[in-house]
Amino acid sequence: MIEALIFLVLTIIKIGVVVGVLLLIIAYLIWVERKVIAHMQVRLGPMRVGWHGLLQPIADGLKLIFKEDIIPARASKVVFVLAPVIATVPALMAIAVIPFGDTISIFGKSIDMVITDVNIGILFILAVTSVGVYGVILGGWSSNNKYSLLGALRSSAQMISYELSLGLSLIGVIMISQSLSLVDIVDSQAKYWFVILQPLGFLIYAISAIAETNRCPFDLPEAETELVAGFHTEYSSMKFALFFMAEYANIITVSAVAVTFFFGGWRGPYLPPVVWFLIKMALCIFFFIWLRSTYPRFRYDQLMKFGWKILLPVALLNILITGLVIILL
Amino acid sequence: MLISYLPILILLLVVMGFAISNIIISALIGRHKPTAEKLSPYECGVEPIGSARERFSVKFYIIAMMFVIFDIEVVFLYPWAVAYKSLALFGLIEMAIFIIILLVGYVYIWKRGGFEWE
Amino acid sequence: MLESLLFLIMGSITIACALCVVFQKNPIYSAIFLIQTMVSLAVLYVLLHAQFIAAIQVMIYAGAIMVLFIFVIMLLNLSKADEEGERDNLFFQKPSAIILGFILVVMIGTVTLKTVFQGVKGEYTPETISQIGNTQLVGKMLFTKYVFPFEIASILLFAAIIGAIILAKKRIIED
Repeated sequence: MIEALIFLVLTIIKIGVVVGVLLLIIAYLIWVERKVIAHMQVRLGPMRVGWHGLLQPIADGLKLIFKEDIIPARASKVVFVLAPVIATVPALMAIAVIPFGDTISIFGKSIDMVITDVNIGILFILAVTSVGVYGVILGGWSSNNKYSLLGALRSSAQMISYELSLGLSLIGVIMISQSLSLVDIVDSQAKYWFVILQPLGFLIYAISAIAETNRCPFDLPEAETELVAGFHTEYSSMKFALFFMAEYANIITVSAVAVTFFFGGWRGPYLPPVVWFLIKMALCIFFFIWLRSTYPRFRYDQLMKFGWKILLPVALLNILITGLVIILL
Repeated sequence: MLISYLPILILLLVVMGFAISNIIISALIGRHKPTAEKLSPYECGVEPIGSARERFSVKFYIIAMMFVIFDIEVVFLYPWAVAYKSLALFGLIEMAIFIIILLVGYVYIWKRGGFEWE
Repeated sequence: MLESLLFLIMGSITIACALCVVFQKNPIYSAIFLIQTMVSLAVLYVLLHAQFIAAIQVMIYAGAIMVLFIFVIMLLNLSKADEEGERDNLFFQKPSAIILGFILVVMIGTVTLKTVFQGVKGEYTPETISQIGNTQLVGKMLFTKYVFPFEIASILLFAAIIGAIILAKKRIIED
């Protein structure tokens, strides 16, 4: 009984800390993105609110809360309100199975630095994030706006197309580690990172992850020159903020999965594991922002052709090569 | 066993609470002054033309259909991958037959222009 | 005890959602409830110690097939008038649904009466499964004992590809 109570309290503390840190990272990710892009374009970015604009996320948040909550006259009201929730919840849920540190012991109790270690691990993340696409489809459809509908259609077609190569790119790692649990995958990278054994798999993962999160150069769903703001054109106030949060939470999730699958997770010398995990994740996220300020946007037909005609066969080829190498060794 | 899914349930409740409370708070303290212009769909300042619920290209339907089929293929690969080292060469041949049959279908879609967005 | 209670609660939520699917007038609302039904079924699978099936249930049914459903609903975009007109053409739907539903109930009934109520247990108890790992066991069985059905599945998928292209191709040329 007392054991169960301790477990429950520990779990709630872990969830509180992880969700709190996640939301904090999301808030400051927006500031970091604006700053990094500004400096890459020889600008300063936000400077007014706090030292170098450090309080900008708080100002933005407060502004969004006090904004008028507009629901368009001919929108499907229930679906319109539901869509941002459907987008946000899966995006924040995916973090549950990602290990962010080694097991530590406090007062003789060992605590795993992961919310929960389930044996279907990566399948949980893929399943949960595959529900997130409905936030986009339903949000665009319910707005009763042409740009929203077109944005939603493009966005969801893109997301489902690249979900395939995303799923396929991780198979190689699973064939080596023989487990779906992310904790086991980190453990089997004690000698070397899987990016060395699976360079092609990592490349495919990186490309599909960028397309999956609708980021530049694959940010067609919100190509402002043709679709205004894509599926969230009609959204305002905190509903808009929720879509925004979902996008950044997805970036964090795909970065965390990249770190766990290809860069040894929390493993690293000298520094504590949690710090290593955060450093690696920060570098992945920086890569996302760097891409955005460097590359122009794809055209939609190029995007779909690239996903189906190049990425999919190459991902299958990667699995074949991995299979042959494992047998030959 | 099942206990490892309890944290997921708690996380779900926390996250849903967060999302819903956000919407409720902003609906309560935000201002409300709706006008007909404000509530009409945004079409770059021009009067909205017709309904937004237009029928759209069948290509999106084909993409969704192909996604369902290939997603099932991907799902079959996961149990295969975790058991791969014990299946060894036999497993590779089995999966090769499975994939080759699907690749014939894939080539067929390609030739019939299923991936084209002219 | 707690598991059975959770199972009962989730079971009733699933049935409630499934009923909403049938009784909703708006097809999009029906589809949303169907997604919820699929997710609830996945929770039931977790409670039955079938985690792999649960994940697949969400990935394939909720994440892929329902996207197709919603696309089709949006593609057809039935107006109010269409709905009224269509209703009479589907008179054979109700009798066939009742017959098929009856057959399904009888089948499930016979299987459960023959196994669960007589205390027959399968080869793999939850304990053995959790020892080997759910997905690992599925992989081992699927690719050794049940390899033939697995290969047949690829032919089924192949047929689906051909069917989808032939159905849609006419429209592509018109566009």
